[in-house]
Order: sequence, then C-alpha cells, then structure tokens
Amino acid sequence: MCQVGEDYGAPAPEMPPPPRAGRELKCVKCKEDLPVVVIRAGDAFCRDCFKAFYVHKFRAVLGKNRLIFPGEKVLLAWSGGPSSSSMIWQVLEGLSRDSAKRLRFVPGIVYVDEGAACGQSPGDRARTLAEMKLILQTVGFPWHIVALEEVFSLPPSVLRYLAQEPSGTKGAYKAAVDSFLQQQHAPAEGEEQLSQPGSQDPQSPAGPPTAAQTEAQPPTAAQTEAQPPTAAQTETQPPTAAQTEAQPPTAAQTEAQPPTAAQTEALSRLFDSVKTLTAKEELLQTLRTHLILHVARTHGYSKVMTGDSCTRLAIKLMTSLALGRGAFLAWDTGFSDERHGDVVVVRPMREHTLKEVAFYNRLFAVPSVFTPAIDTKAPEKSSIHRLMEAFMLRLQAQFPSTVSTVYRTSEKLVKAPRHGSAGGPPGPRCLLCMCALDIDTAATQRVVVHQALRPCTEGPRPGTQVQLCSHREDPRAHVIEQLCYGCRVNMKDLPSLDPLPPYILTEAQFRSQRASVLQEMQEYLIDSDDEAQTGES
Amino acid sequence: MAAPLSVEVEFGGGAELLFDGVKKHQVTLPGQEEPWDIRSLLVWIKKNLLKERPELFIQGDSVRPGILVLINDADWELLGELDYQLQDQDSVLFISTLHGG
Repeated sequence: MCQVGEDYGAPAPEMPPPPRAGRELKCVKCKEDLPVVVIRAGDAFCRDCFKAFYVHKFRAVLGKNRLIFPGEKVLLAWSGGPSSSSMIWQVLEGLSRDSAKRLRFVPGIVYVDEGAACGQSPGDRARTLAEMKLILQTVGFPWHIVALEEVFSLPPSVLRYLAQEPSGTKGAYKAAVDSFLQQQHAPAEGEEQLSQPGSQDPQSPAGPPTAAQTEAQPPTAAQTEAQPPTAAQTETQPPTAAQTEAQPPTAAQTEAQPPTAAQTEALSRLFDSVKTLTAKEELLQTLRTHLILHVARTHGYSKVMTGDSCTRLAIKLMTSLALGRGAFLAWDTGFSDERHGDVVVVRPMREHTLKEVAFYNRLFAVPSVFTPAIDTKAPEKSSIHRLMEAFMLRLQAQFPSTVSTVYRTSEKLVKAPRHGSAGGPPGPRCLLCMCALDIDTAATQRVVVHQALRPCTEGPRPGTQVQLCSHREDPRAHVIEQLCYGCRVNMKDLPSLDPLPPYILTEAQFRSQRASVLQEMQEYLIDSDDEAQTGES
Repeated sequence: MAAPLSVEVEFGGGAELLFDGVKKHQVTLPGQEEPWDIRSLLVWIKKNLLKERPELFIQGDSVRPGILVLINDADWELLGELDYQLQDQDSVLFISTLHGG
C-alpha cells in the first residue's frame, strides 16, 4: 500500500516488483494468448478470456440473486450510453444461448428522450432518435420511446406504493424454474411460427418487429405473453442472436406523439428555474424514474433493469451521502430496489467497472449512441455529482482498489425497516423518491395543520375549512413536509413549486388533505385502547 | 532523429465533443530528435487538435482520470502507458468513460 519515499505525483503507480504486465506476458487465465486488457490491479486478460469473464459476471449476478423468474417481463432502461447498451447486448446474447444456460425472461426496452432538459434543439433530438431507433430495430426487443415531457401527463398514482405479494422463498424460485423447464420439453406446437428461419447474422433485422408484423402473427401469439416465448427453441436451433427471440411484439412498440411545444417549454422552464446543477441532476433522475415506472406499470413489466456500473454506483454512494440520502443507500446502490412495491428495479451491471464496459464495447462492437447530458462539459466544481466523480476517479488512478472497496461496502448495507414499522402497515413514504421517510413528519404535520386551523374557526365548521386554509397558508410547506431529508434539501434550490408537473402537486395535496382530515377525525374516533381503559364511548 | 510518423487518433465516448465532434483524425507527426511517445503525442494533441476545455482531456502530463487509452486495440497499461513509443501506422484511441449510462 503506502510506501515511504514513493512518488505519488505520477497519475498511475508503477507496477510493484513482480514484472510489469507487458505484452511479453501471457494472459493470466489461459496462459496462452497475448493479453489485451488489464482488469483490476494487474490481471491481464486476452480477448477471449476477457469476454468469458465479462459474460460470466453478468450471468452470475443475475443467478446469485434469483429475483427474476422465468417468463417474467423485464423492462431494460436504456440511455444510449455504454453501460446500458452493454447490458442490452448481454441480455440479447443471454437469451439466445442453448437452453440449459439461457436467460429466461421476456425483455422490453425503454428509452427516455431527455433532450429538452439538456437544452438540445429539436433537430438534434430528431437525429438522436433516428440513431436510437436504428439500434432498437437491430436488437429486436419490443421498445418504448418516451419523451421526458410526458411527465406532465403522468397520473398521481405513479407516486403510490403498490404492495406486492412477496415472490416467495428460494423454494419458490427453484420450483418455478423446474416447471418452466418441464413446459419447454413438452411439444409446443402452437409456437412453431415463432422460430424464424434465422439468418446467422445477428445484425441484420431479418424479422423487423414492426407493427405490421403483429397483425400477420397467428392468434396464438397473444398467449405467449405469459408463456415462455423461447419454448419453441429446441436444442438443435443454432444459437443465433435476435432472430430466434422474435417474440410477437403485441402492440409493444410504442412511441407516443412527439411532445408539444408547450410541454417542451414547460419542461425547460422547470429546469431553468432550478438554481443549482446538483438539484437539476437530482430532479432529472427523479422524473426519469417516475416515467420509467409508469411505462413499466402500464405495460405490465414487473422488473426494471438499469445499467448502473460498479464505478457509477461507487460514485453514487458517496454522492448520496453528501446529499443527505444516507438512510437510503441500500436501496439506491443495492442490487434490487423494491421501493415502488410492484415494480422492482434491478442492477445487473453493478459488478462491471466502466473500464471493462468500455473495453468490451470496443472489442465486441456493441453499438451505443452518445448523447450530451445535463452535465456535459460542466466544470468540475459545478455540482456535487461532478465533484464526487472527479474525486473518486482521481483516487482510483492512484489506488486501484478504491472503487471496488467502496462497492464492497455498499454490498454490506442492509435494508432494515424503520423502527416500529416492521410487520405493521408501511410507514409514510417520501413524495418524490418513495423511500420510507427518515424524518418524523407526524409531529411537524400536526403543528402546521393546527396553525392553519386557527384563523378558520370563525367558519361554521372548522373541518370543512381546513383544506382551504391550509392552502391559502402555505402550499409549499405542505409539499415539503412530505419529503425525505435529501429531497427537502433539493427543493431548497427550487424557488417555486409551480413549474413542477401537476401529478406531484396533486398527490401532495391529496396526501395532506388525507392527513389533515385524519387529524381532525382523531378526536372523534373511538380508540379501542381508551374504551378498554376508561369505559367511555 | 525520428522520421515523421503517420498515426490514426480516434476519440470516443463523448471525448469527441472536445474535438469539434470529429472522431477519427489521421495525423502526421513531424520528424523530431526524440522518438515520439504517448507523452509527446498528448502535448501535440493539446496544441493542434484540442479545440476547447483542455482540462477535460489532459491533466498534468497524462490524460484525465476516466479516459481510457487503447493503442492498437490493447490497453496502454500493457504497453508502458506514457512511455510507449509510437510506430508508424499505429492507432491510438481515447475513450471517455465519464459519460456512463
């Protein structure tokens, strides 16, 4: 580790006394070929061993956690960037392998067009979309393209936690896999039409899943939504990529109408009104999450996969600490995130570093599209995210185990329920990030409501006046009190809540109304404990 | 005395934004006393190719942390990093990993 007298001025340390990993050395795994890439600190892999290592990590992360059941619909969140593109490619290849080791879920892809928030011109956005569509057609999964402007038409229900029955114990997973395999071996005559006479070339969209094709599909196609679509593939099928996976895209290719100019302007206004880049990035992330959640719920996806890499998650962990989200680290950086209830967010790329991703994409020609983001070319000190990123990467350059150490720490974080809520009804959740609130709002809420009630006692019945008063008083306070600490800090940089999309304000109003009515009724409710003690009714 | 070298310099992952959006550059490095290595190549790039914001690409005498360098599709760590001596017709690729996702 630290050696007295060693000069740390150079960006990367010299290899320790064992011979430098030079071209003269062989790959550490197969010991035959010349190495092309150095992973971690000093492990040189050749091209084929690197590919095996990379793919194995992806499958191992999914297999270890056993969260994705066979036949389940999984939405892949794609930003066009290298990590998510790599994830999609892994899923593509994983679904096309021979049946023993094949991935077994039903994928779809969602792409969120954030051009308006990043200040892109309509021409640039159209160009980017065209590039995206080209890749989406090559991949062949059902895809959904949504513009960020659609947050203005989201329903308030997107902010609600929908409880989901727990998927069961390990026994349930094994049983599900076994029954899936049994189904596969039974003759599946109804699904022969699924197997396209696949060309060997995975790149050519020989079966472009356009809308026209769905009409041409025989009616039994509809039932395959629930059925494992790959059941038709027998062992004799050559493992080609997209063609054998052409499930009937039953109206799943969705691209809503291009956003209206008014919506785009509303979105620009929202982002312009945010004072700091940190708050902008957090807001963008929140809105994007809600949008993807909405797409998942609408189309029946029960899991969402995001392409967060090891490096990104390590940076995110440190950034979250700085932003006051320490209570939610386990959900923000863990493998699975069940804060929404029915839709679980999963991070299969969390063991791949950005370097591995970049190398893999380059060596194996994974297509990705570069789109400028909200913090492109921003100077280093412009936001907490940038600062933390620069800090981590610079530290990593000198101490190559930095990222993996932070990552290992994140693996140890445990999701503990808040005291008192274990086994009982779920506690209140943050309005924006939907994590269980880490601030005790009951006390603060009562104070605010009572203050609002006082001037209204002249009216006939204080109860009816409550909602009018509380909103005349301070609508902003009613939104703020429903946020967790981290989200409150972000809201400080948003001077006015008006530009926020309506679903947030509606849901905030609904919740505070409910809370104040409940508060009012408390005095009239017969508490069963009191009755037992005092005998009053 | 090193002869002039013809080298292909490529940028990816968003780094091309600093070079007017142009990804591939075929460059001819002039002949000079010392042989060309990556260190001197970076100086040359900064002077001749980099259009804006040098601090986003170069830090000190090396690349900014987060930018990968591939020489002929191999990791530069295997070849000596800054001290690798360029040959004619080499291909140097700079990939920025900072635009993740």
